[in-house]
Amino acid sequence: MVEGNPDDQAARPLVRFEAVSKRFGTIVAVERLSLDIFEREFFALLGPSGCGKTTLLRMLAGFEQPSEGRILLDGADISGLPPHRRPINMMFQSYALFPHLTVEGNIAFGLKQDGMPNAEIAARVGEMLTLVKLDGFGARKPHQLSGGQRQRVALARALAKRPRVLLLDEPLSALDRKLREDTRFELMELQEKLGLTFVIVTHDQEEAMTLADRIGVMNGGRLAQVATPADIYERPNSRWVADFIGDVNLIEGRVVSAALGQIIIESVAGGRLIVMHSTDTIAGASVAVALRPEKVQIDTMTSSAASGENCFAGRVMEIGYLGGVSTFKVKLDNGLDMKVTVANRRRLTEQSIKTGDLVWLSFPPEAGVVLQ
Amino acid sequence: MMIAASNREKTRRDWGDRLVILIPALWLTVFFLIPCLIVLKISLSQTTIAQPPYVPVLDLGAGWPGIKDFIAGLSFDNYKVLGSDWLYLTSYLRSLVIAGLSTFILLLIGYPIAYGIARAPRQLQAVLVMAVFLPFLTAFLIRIYAWINILQREGLLNDALIALGIVREPVVWLATDAAIVLGIVYSYLPFMVLPLYATLEKMDESLLEAAADLGAPRWKAFWLVTVPLSASGIIAGALLCFIPIAGEFVIPDLLGGSDALMIGQTLWTEFFQNKDWPVASAVAIALLVILLAPILIYQHLQMRALEIADA
Repeated sequence: MVEGNPDDQAARPLVRFEAVSKRFGTIVAVERLSLDIFEREFFALLGPSGCGKTTLLRMLAGFEQPSEGRILLDGADISGLPPHRRPINMMFQSYALFPHLTVEGNIAFGLKQDGMPNAEIAARVGEMLTLVKLDGFGARKPHQLSGGQRQRVALARALAKRPRVLLLDEPLSALDRKLREDTRFELMELQEKLGLTFVIVTHDQEEAMTLADRIGVMNGGRLAQVATPADIYERPNSRWVADFIGDVNLIEGRVVSAALGQIIIESVAGGRLIVMHSTDTIAGASVAVALRPEKVQIDTMTSSAASGENCFAGRVMEIGYLGGVSTFKVKLDNGLDMKVTVANRRRLTEQSIKTGDLVWLSFPPEAGVVLQ
Repeated sequence: MMIAASNREKTRRDWGDRLVILIPALWLTVFFLIPCLIVLKISLSQTTIAQPPYVPVLDLGAGWPGIKDFIAGLSFDNYKVLGSDWLYLTSYLRSLVIAGLSTFILLLIGYPIAYGIARAPRQLQAVLVMAVFLPFLTAFLIRIYAWINILQREGLLNDALIALGIVREPVVWLATDAAIVLGIVYSYLPFMVLPLYATLEKMDESLLEAAADLGAPRWKAFWLVTVPLSASGIIAGALLCFIPIAGEFVIPDLLGGSDALMIGQTLWTEFFQNKDWPVASAVAIALLVILLAPILIYQHLQMRALEIADA
């Protein structure tokens, strides 16, 4: 899917942040952050509020100047360039549509600034309206549109100038759930069709996971991890990332032996875990094993599973029915609280495991991730 | 049952709504509409040397014939006088020109002030708005007399200009149209700044960012976004100044010359010097009608702005 393969060392990044810091007074919003974004990539900046992701985006747009470091576009330093001279356009979280202009006037605004001839402007505006499926809405004012339509106008306006990079600041946050999901796929389609580079800021991990080729997870002004959505989920590089993305069980323990690819860990609470994971660790190191709830198997005591490595006895404390899946909160005999999710292949009433049941929890060695 | 109860509830609410409207309506009727009708009635009367100084006088004691006599005595003669005498026409025109010029200058000075206040840090804004109104703590007349002191032949302004070597001889400032406009601009500035500040302060900063993002430099974003979006404030400020300035009496009387009069001065002369109440009333009613046009335009634009704001 990604044309500019980030793993390709020869690929020159389209956007490069070089040790960029941003301070507001004494508050450090972004701290010595370096990041490469490649041509035709859909890149998501994901993080909790206040992590600096929006500041990073605003520095790329030119609304904020980095306190230190450089921002390069196509290899040229754009750090000092004002927003109106950057070939980068932004779709604002509030959409920021001009209320006194029509839909056409909004979309044409940027083209007029470039001094494009009127005939060409009209053609481009028509093209954009078709692209976002708003044909026939050109003469309306923003206040005559629904939320979803306004979002499309904002998108069309930002795309009209065919920017080198399109920035999207929480583009879907104002839409209701159903519309949000539909729009996600439309955004992906658009990005592929136009072959543009998209950088999206979001606090919604599901959004980042579905949309992005790569995700930069931010925390406290730094990038905690930059990887594909699958890698971030399956191979988080820290407890913080593992905990932030999705649900996770973190089991604290001490490394007993670290042979090639197979690590044996003695849990602090009791019991041994075997994890197949190539991570640099030594015997005696304190680590955590991250285990996604859906990767844990839950069985009734009557089944054939037996206690041993990667297998623990416990009691079901709570069952949460979420429709497609159910979550089980299990208290292990060694005192640990575990979360397990199971797809509901049968109806709720026919399920064999009930609250208070004694169960076995087990997982294969490939399921866990060892975190320092 | 439920429907009946909710209907009753609705009726009660309707009455509440009506009461809320009734209070200002009553106020306007007693203190604006009725006096206005009295002035209108006098404007259709003829002057006479009596108490009151006009005829006919409505005598309800005489019954129906009395009312008939009264109506028969009314005429539009005074309005014909207004239309045929250059004295009145030029005063109206002068008033409108001076009001228009002053309003334009007020806008030029008031807009940057309002813009500056709206862009100032939040905590400072209230202080700055107060500062704009600070001169109002001194009596209006005293401030105008202060201007006489500044503008007169041996006044501060001429002293300063001579001291700086800009002029050799004292310049005549007082009793000129420039002095009138200066006094008006000085006195009305807060009325221009406040409505402008109110609209500029509400403006969404991200709209300017969007304009910059789409390639508009700051001055262009100001012209293409800020100015059109503050149109309602510009119109409100302009009318809030234009309408009372057109009827202004004190400032032109104290700072202006005696050769050319504004309509307020003409009215004063008719009323207090010539004791011609009917003509003075006609002058007032005609002014009201002239100023009604901008008020109606304002209403129309205000409704449109509300429509956009509601969405």
